[in-house]
Order: sequence, then C-alpha cells, then structure tokens
Amino acid sequence: MKPGSHRKARGSEACMTRRRFMGLSAGLAGALTAQPFAIAKAQGAGAPLKVGVLLPRSGVQAGIGQDCQRGVDIAPGILKDLGLPELAIMNADTETNVEVARARAERLIGEGAQLIVGAFDSGQSTAIAQVAEQKGIPYVINIAAAPPITEQGYKFVFRNFPTASMILSDAFANQKEIFAAVGSAPKSVVFMHVNDTYGTSMQKGIDAALSKADMPYKILDTIAYDPAARDLSVEVAKAKATGAEALLLVSRLNDAMLLTRELVKQRWTPMAVLSMGPGWYEDQYLKTLGKLSDGPISFVPWYDPNKPLSKALEAALVKAHPDINLNTNHIYTFEALLIAADAYKRAGSADPKALADAIRATDITDNVSIGPGIRFDAKGQNATLKNAAIQNRGGKLVTVAPKAAANAQPEWPLSPYDKRG
Amino acid sequence: MPAEIYLNVAVSGVLTGLVYGLMALGLSVIFGVVRVVNFAHGEMMTIAMYLAVALFSAYKLDPLVMLVPIAAVLFALGYVLQRGLINPFINRPEHSQFMLLVAVALIMVNALLIAFGPDARGVQTSYAFASFALGPLIVDANKAYAGLAAVTVAGGLFAFFRYTLTGKAIRACADNYAGALVVGLDVKRLYALTFAIGSACVGACGSMMVLLVDVTPPLGPTYTLLAFVIVITGGLGSMAGALLGGVLIGLTEAVGGLLFTPSAKSMFTFAILVVVLLFRPQGLLGKRLT
Repeated sequence: MKPGSHRKARGSEACMTRRRFMGLSAGLAGALTAQPFAIAKAQGAGAPLKVGVLLPRSGVQAGIGQDCQRGVDIAPGILKDLGLPELAIMNADTETNVEVARARAERLIGEGAQLIVGAFDSGQSTAIAQVAEQKGIPYVINIAAAPPITEQGYKFVFRNFPTASMILSDAFANQKEIFAAVGSAPKSVVFMHVNDTYGTSMQKGIDAALSKADMPYKILDTIAYDPAARDLSVEVAKAKATGAEALLLVSRLNDAMLLTRELVKQRWTPMAVLSMGPGWYEDQYLKTLGKLSDGPISFVPWYDPNKPLSKALEAALVKAHPDINLNTNHIYTFEALLIAADAYKRAGSADPKALADAIRATDITDNVSIGPGIRFDAKGQNATLKNAAIQNRGGKLVTVAPKAAANAQPEWPLSPYDKRG
Repeated sequence: MPAEIYLNVAVSGVLTGLVYGLMALGLSVIFGVVRVVNFAHGEMMTIAMYLAVALFSAYKLDPLVMLVPIAAVLFALGYVLQRGLINPFINRPEHSQFMLLVAVALIMVNALLIAFGPDARGVQTSYAFASFALGPLIVDANKAYAGLAAVTVAGGLFAFFRYTLTGKAIRACADNYAGALVVGLDVKRLYALTFAIGSACVGACGSMMVLLVDVTPPLGPTYTLLAFVIVITGGLGSMAGALLGGVLIGLTEAVGGLLFTPSAKSMFTFAILVVVLLFRPQGLLGKRLT
C-alpha cells in the first residue's frame, strides 16, 4: 500500500458514509414528516377509531364489569348496520380500584387510545375524567351517577347516564305510581347504602329529593356499609330492628346477594325491596339466588322497548348470550360506543378536539335508553334521560313503571322468603 | 332497639369469632414453638378455601365433611414448607424470615389468581340459607356449624398438646430449646411438625370460613392482618389467648357495628388492639417478658 492510500481509502469511505448518512437522514426525516399525515389520512379515510374501554373486570365489581363487556362485544355488528365507522377496542381492567383506573387510563392514552369509554363506577370514572381532561382526550362515561363529575367545567368529559339527583327524582315518581297502582304503600323504610362515591352521592341527595317528592313514608334509619363487606348480618339485624316496613337501597352486586341471604336467614321479608342502584337486577343475582331473587323492584336507567334500536340490541344479546337479560350495563355501555362512532363519523377525524366538538353536538334519536335521545348540555351531561322501575319475576325482568313503558303490573307485596319452596 | 337483636348479634359475633380464633390459633402455635411469624397465614387459609370450593363444585362435597382432608393437605404443605424453605432461616435475623414469608405469600396469591381468576367464589350448600330459631334468638346455621367445628378442632388441639407424647415434646421445645436438644428430641422434625399443625389449623379454618364468606385470591392479607390482631390481643404464643382474642374481636365487630355505624366495624377491632398494647402489651393471656 502506497503512503497516503490508506488515508484516501478512509477518506473515500468517510465520504461515502457522509453521503449515505445524509441520504438516510433525508429519507428518515421525510418518512417521519409524512407519517402523521399518512395516519391522519388513513383515519380520515375510515381507519378504526381507537377506543379505550375501562371496566372493573376484576375485584368486587367484576360481575358487573364483565356484564358491561357484553355491551361492548355486541356493539360492532349493530354499529356496522347503522352505517357507522368501525371502532378498534382497547380493553383495560380497573380492578375495581380508583388508582388502578387512573393508571390504566394514562396507559391507554399512552398506547394511542383516541377516546375513552367507561368505567361503571363513580369513583373510578372521576379519576379517569381527570386524566382525560388533563391529556385532552374525549371521555364518554357509560355508567356513573355522582353529580360532581360533570360539574367541574371539563371540556372532554361527557356522560350519557343520569346523575344521582335525576335517579332519585325519577325513582320517587315511579314509586308513587306503583303505590297508586297497588293501593298500598310502606309508611316507613330503612335506607341502606354502600359508602362509595355513588352511594354517598345518593345519600346526600335523598333528603332534598324526598321532601320535594312528598313520599308516603319516612326514613327511620340510614345504614352505610362497605361495598367490599363480606358479612352484612349486623347491618340487616340493625335494619330489621328499626321495624321499618320496607327497604330502600343503593347497593352493588355482591352486597345485594349478601343482603338477600341475610334477609332469608334472619327471617325478615319486608313489604318491598326498593333499589335505586345496580345489584338487584343483575343476571348473576337472578341466577345465584333463583326463586329468592324474585320481587325486588329496581328504579334504574333502562331501555325503551318500543325503540327500534332496543329491539336490535336485544336480538344481538340474545344471539350472543341466550340466557342473559338485556340490562342497564349492556344498554349504556353500548350507547357510549354509539356516541363515539357517531361523533367520529361526523368529525371525520380522530383529532381529540374535533371529536369532543362532535360529541358535544350529538343528537341521536335512534337510540336505546328511555327519553327523547342522546344530546349533551354545556356541562357534557345528557339531562333528558328517564328511568324506569324494573321488577324481578321468575328469573326475568319486567317493567312496572312508568306506565308508558310498562309491560307488567307490579307484584306487591314481596312474597315471604320462607314460602318460596 | 329490642333486646333480642343484641342477643342475636352477640351470638353471631361469638360464632364468627370462634372461627377467627381457630385461624389465629394456628399462627400462635407456630410462633410459640418455632418462633417464626407466619406472614403467609391468611394466604394459606385462602388456599384451603379454594380447595373447599373446588371440591364442592366438582363433587358436591360439603366443606364441613372435607374439613379433615383439607386440613391434612395443609398439614403436608406446612410440613414441606417448613422443612424445605423456612428451616434454613430459623437462626437468621427476623427481617430475613419476614421477607421470605412475605415472598411466599405473594407467590400464593398470584398462583391462586392464575389458577382461579380474580372473581369471588363460594359454595351453595343445602343449608346456605338455613337458620335456627330458639325463641327470639335466630342463629345462622352456617355460623353455628362453623363455630361448633372450630371448638371441636381447638379442643382436639389442646388435648394433643396436653396428653400426647409428641404434643409434650413440642411444648418442651417451646419452653426450653437447649433442654429439648439435651434430652435428645429431634427439634428440627418437631419444628416442622408444629408448622404443619399450625397449617392444618388454618386449613380446617378455611373449610369453615368458606361457609361464611366468598373467597378471592387477595383475601389472604386481610386475614393475615386479622390473625395478627387477634394473636397480639390474646397474647403471642398463648393458645387460649388466641381463641379468646378471636371471640373478643368477633363480638366487638358485631356489637360495635350494631351500636355505632356498621361501616366502621373494623375500627373497633383496631381500637381493642391499641388499648391492649397500651395497658397490657403482652396480650390478655400472654406471659409478661422478663
């Protein structure tokens, strides 16, 4: 090798490297610049909207979370039939824990979720709402009734579910209708509620709602309990000792089953079990308790059986799960996805602000829930929703109020637990 | 409030407390002899509960009938655990033992999660909704059976330690370690046997507990904590103290919940613990350290 040839060779190599480097850099820069446009273009051209669905799939609320999931599972076919764009569902489990819900929401957004749906529980939904607002990602609440969630001035949070005060006022109106229909009413009740965010919201609102509603009964005692309680014998003994004629409740699924077991064991059949929350109408409740599940009346957000979409949803659920009744969990989880798909179609983009603006302008009349349809007020709340009274009857659910949506007369009073065979 | 309500709630609390007491008894026996605090105690009970649920689901075997076989399985588990894993840690610092048993507990919880999933499971026996009426007193049949079984098992355990040679040998190990070695007792084997007996206790307790509450994998730490509270209240290492502590805690939870607010039931449990630690740190029936 001649002197200098080595340097020349190195220089030539270096020159090549520089050129290659420049070329590669330019290519990479071009690719990076083009990528967002490509994504945006693809999304505009009908790429599925990435929807993070947060539900309590494990923990104390696992039964209800998994029931909500059925609403997610049956949604794609119906949305397709409605001519709405496809959704790419990203599932996450809140483990029935507020902090886990918050962390999972952050993670979903980090992984590319463009819209969040969930989370059944008010405490968990409150945490998710804070994350969604902070990150500027639209959040559609499927089920959560604590009023403060939509009182914070959030721009990206929407709720298609009644607030606690809406549930209470409808519940009392429906109760009065039932009392008039059966010609009997309890003179006293004991109010038992879970001490979580939803339960305490209902407890705070009940006195004001009662005085407005002019109910025939008075509340003899209010008993709060832990939703994760494993034994409710003391609570039921205390309720029984008040001598109240009926039970007024705000519960969850596990505690509803525990309460029923204790009512049977402590040989107390009240005139009525009037529930203003989940638990008592869930399929798991009906199947686990069999004949003992008959009779409780739940005053809950429900579906209008006369709406065409209700029939489509019911048919899809029957096809997927023949032995499960359509209920609040399926209805409102499905409607949250309906809102997401409808907004994505109108926005024509997955841009969070465009999506939020589209959700704010929602006006869906072809829906499932009772009321004129889905539309949001300035706070992001659908204030037009109406509730119904549902009674458990032979493992099925019948609507007993309001009269316009009823398909059965209420059975009154509760048949004695010890005479059910 | 009618007087019979107090009576009903008190009886219910005592019966639940007896089951708690049996659970704590296992912890107390292990600590009293082996001087190792079993931080996986509640998790071992959860394993027993899942065994009871699995046997009931598959073969409709009543948890009370399966009490002895399940206790035997936990006995074997305890023996193997002590001989294979805990024995090398006997003379190591307490924090090493603590870390080991916490690790064992975590493995147990996660193994149960993998095997059974996170959902609550229970048994629906023919007497699941039964109760006995004795005048104004209504007693939950499940609690009555579980309480009775707890008393029987505890009685058997007391008799074993008092009247059998092996029981006496174990007590000798607890009273004087060096003395036990001098007279030729196989202390390592007796330690393993003691850990196995404590585990069998908690196994029997799990069979009863599944009649009272549904089981989930994360249930273990709650009961480990409860067992500690009971044992510290009754006196660490005292068998009678564990039973007394269990009954006291069960009764306090029930009556406290009735008199005040039920959602603060566990507050009363910890209030008792604080009072005992302040005024009788050795526990109600514990021996004062000299």
